[in-house]
Amino acid sequence: MIKVQREDFDVGAELERLTAGRRDVGGVATFIGLVRERLGDATVAAMTLEHYPGMTEKQLAQIEAEAQRRWPLQASLIIHRYGRLEPGERIVFVATASAHRQAALEACAFLIDWLKTKAPFWKLEETGAGEQWVAASESDDAAAARWIKKVAE
Amino acid sequence: MKILYFAWLKGKVGIGEEAVAPPAEVTTVGALLDWLATRGPKHAAALANRSIVRVAVNQEYAGMDQPVKAGDEVALFPPVTGGL
Repeated sequence: MIKVQREDFDVGAELERLTAGRRDVGGVATFIGLVRERLGDATVAAMTLEHYPGMTEKQLAQIEAEAQRRWPLQASLIIHRYGRLEPGERIVFVATASAHRQAALEACAFLIDWLKTKAPFWKLEETGAGEQWVAASESDDAAAARWIKKVAE
Repeated sequence: MKILYFAWLKGKVGIGEEAVAPPAEVTTVGALLDWLATRGPKHAAALANRSIVRVAVNQEYAGMDQPVKAGDEVALFPPVTGGL
């Protein structure tokens, strides 16, 4: 399931819903991304996430379908927020449920790495020096690329 | 054809969206970017460094050789930075 929303989410309630009524799930892996205050030497007062409505949902659905294709998942969930967020606030939530832990853990790591380089979101950071758009990082590309290699093998 | 700009591209061009009717010889993404850059100094500045501009045609990522036609929704934006 994909949710793109401005408002915060309740981690417990979302996890409850993910596996409610199921008896075939052996493990649930989760990842929660938060706004971090430190940006190199600067302090981030807030960040505003802009996205491309329509394409965001489409890309996230494709990413989720890819995870479902690669791993035997009973359920999966991606929640990504947009708008202005302050340090400590939740940005993204990824949860994967499978019969066994390895599939759940791997699929969760894949989803967060993959969405960072595929989902059309951009971050505008507010620091003491003003507002600045965050540049894409090479380490994010490398993190996503390791999943491409795994396919080639 | 609808053109959308996001993040710093929107700031540089000065608008988030515009309807355009490029000449008939503009049939690919690459040719469209060349043509958009001639629309004014702001467009030219925003498109000066193509290596940091990503393109989506009808909400799917597109390369410079991808065909474009009337009625398409073409989005221009920087490399994405979602997640944490």
